[in-house]
Amino acid sequence: MSILVIADHDNAHLKPGVTNSITAASKCGGDIHVLVAGSGCGAAAAAVAAVSGVAKVLVADAPQYADGLAENLAPLVVGLAKGYSHVLVSASAFGKNLMPRVAALLDVAQVSDIVAVESADTFVRPIYAGNAFATVKSSDAIKCITVRATGFDAAAGGGSAATENIAAGADAGLSKVTGREMTKSDRPQLAAAKRIVSGGRGLGDGDKYRAVLEPLADKLGAALGASRAAVDAGFVPNDYQVGQTGKIVAPELYIAVGISGAIQHLAGMKDSKVIVAINKDPEAPIFQVADYGLVGDLFNVVPELTAAL
Amino acid sequence: MKILVPVKRVIDYNVKVRVKADQTGVDLANVKMSMNPFDEISVEEALKLKEAGAATEVVAVSIGVTQCQETLRTAMAMGADRGILVESSADLQPLAVAKLLKALCDKEAPGLVILGKQAIDDDSNQTGQMLAALLGWPQATFASKVTLADGNASVVREVDGGLETVSVKLPAIVTTDLRLNTPRYATLPNIMKAKKKPLDVVTPESLGVDVTPRLTTLKVVEPPKRKGGVMVPDVAALVDKLKNEAKVL
Ligand SMILES: Cc1cc2nc3c(=O)[nH]c(=O)nc-3n(C[C@H](O)[C@H](O)[C@H](O)COP(=O)(O)OP(=O)(O)OC[C@H]3O[C@@H](n4cnc5c(N)ncnc54)[C@H](O)[C@@H]3O)c2cc1C
Ligand SMILES: Nc1ncnc2c1ncn2[C@@H]1O[C@H](COP(=O)(O)O)[C@@H](O)[C@H]1O
Repeated sequence: MSILVIADHDNAHLKPGVTNSITAASKCGGDIHVLVAGSGCGAAAAAVAAVSGVAKVLVADAPQYADGLAENLAPLVVGLAKGYSHVLVSASAFGKNLMPRVAALLDVAQVSDIVAVESADTFVRPIYAGNAFATVKSSDAIKCITVRATGFDAAAGGGSAATENIAAGADAGLSKVTGREMTKSDRPQLAAAKRIVSGGRGLGDGDKYRAVLEPLADKLGAALGASRAAVDAGFVPNDYQVGQTGKIVAPELYIAVGISGAIQHLAGMKDSKVIVAINKDPEAPIFQVADYGLVGDLFNVVPELTAAL
Repeated sequence: MKILVPVKRVIDYNVKVRVKADQTGVDLANVKMSMNPFDEISVEEALKLKEAGAATEVVAVSIGVTQCQETLRTAMAMGADRGILVESSADLQPLAVAKLLKALCDKEAPGLVILGKQAIDDDSNQTGQMLAALLGWPQATFASKVTLADGNASVVREVDGGLETVSVKLPAIVTTDLRLNTPRYATLPNIMKAKKKPLDVVTPESLGVDVTPRLTTLKVVEPPKRKGGVMVPDVAALVDKLKNEAKVL
């Protein structure tokens, strides 16, 4: 049987995580087809066709798919899914919103946030904020899966898959997007960054967060992240949040500044390759997961570090 | 309009989870249990809508063992009008929970169901979307602001790149994100009052729902532990380690 991967994209580009989902799909066995549903999504479809391991790209191009609404996409995916053994999508906001709607319409369970494929029907996923890993076996005919990008390498480029246009379904007319307020930034995206500088409540306020962390992130070419406390206090927008209920990241370098290391925060970053913690409290739990810990006042330490790079 | 609020009884978010030695799950014996934090936010939002005159009744639903009655009492102490327990000691997975909630929605005909975006035990993030599918209703997930007007809900959603506003037709499903509101505490008089509020008990059988699990958990293990790192005395030592030992600079 073949495997269907649903691409998360903005019509022009693929979102981080798509190529990791393709790698996860390749471990399930079978030809990989990728669905690109959007409006004017030719560029995204071409990007998918160039990913190695993809056998076919299915393109559904229609205005009702412009905003990725689950109410419109789920029936399309359900119609296709019957011909596949697995349907995968990134565990992104898009994938998390869409896939359970698909699974319920198919009357199958969903396996969320997998980090490993043991066999075609058995997967590993974190539970309890990553404090335990469950190996689960699905008895359903179609496996609906969301993929945690940090569990799988990105599939390489160099592919040249065939592209096939498929018919679009109707507009369900149940929902519409009426506004968008996207965070503008020239920095790397958090979910895809190789380096992340992340700040917590210890930064004090938004101005200090920016004054202290932006120069360091600039020097490192890093993305900026934050604890929930920093987001709640309004230092930074919500999409900076790293953790159990925010973004799950695993960069090569994660520098946690003024973050205590609550389990909910650790859940989102403890798979980073190298973790640096800067905190004035030597007892802060963040030091238990840090490769390099530095006890000190961040307002002195961080500018000094920026200058030393 | 009636609002239905499903509330799950889960391990308290402050408890350090321990995996059982026989790898069958996590140890829940003598562990503090609480309402799923996202569900407290859902209850709060429903109460706010009622206080603003947009809703007439708030019904809390919990699905699981007898002790879920405590979770329902907490919801009622916060202000929910009544509770429904779907009592079962089975392993209830999101699809089964969604089917049970669908059966209750068919009976109760709410205009809005507000669920948490995820339960902090299974971290599934599925039930609300599944319920929306089964009912054929629109879904506004990961909500950080909800406004009701003219038979629609306008919901600000937390998505990957920022915020998105969707307008959904009622009846609809909303799932809550952390910044939607700050849940109130139940006062002592309200805790006393909650004891007298109606609490119905039904079963999956009485609702005609098959809850047979589709997923089998083969084992539950501890995550690989990070090796304890080192403390460095100053910035110079940190830079040296990052360059020469970790080789990430
Ligand atoms: C359901 C639920 C989900 C959650 N999800 C998340 C999540 O996804 N992500 C997340 O991050 N949190 C999450 N949380 C919140 C989490 O429990 C913590 O409250 C939060 O992570 C704390 O953020 P913090 O470390 O910035 O703040 P604090 O815990 O207040 O820590 C601030 C730290 O800064 C240090 N500090 C202060 N001043 C200085 C200085 N001048 N120099 C150096 N160090 C200094 C202090 O020593 C302290 O360690 C969640 C909570 C709940 C209930
Ligand atoms: N057993 C349950 N009883 C009541 N509500 C539940 C139950 N399981 C899940 N829910 C609801 O569904 C939401 C998402 O749960 P989940 O899909 O398991 O992450 C929770 O925040 C609750 O609102």
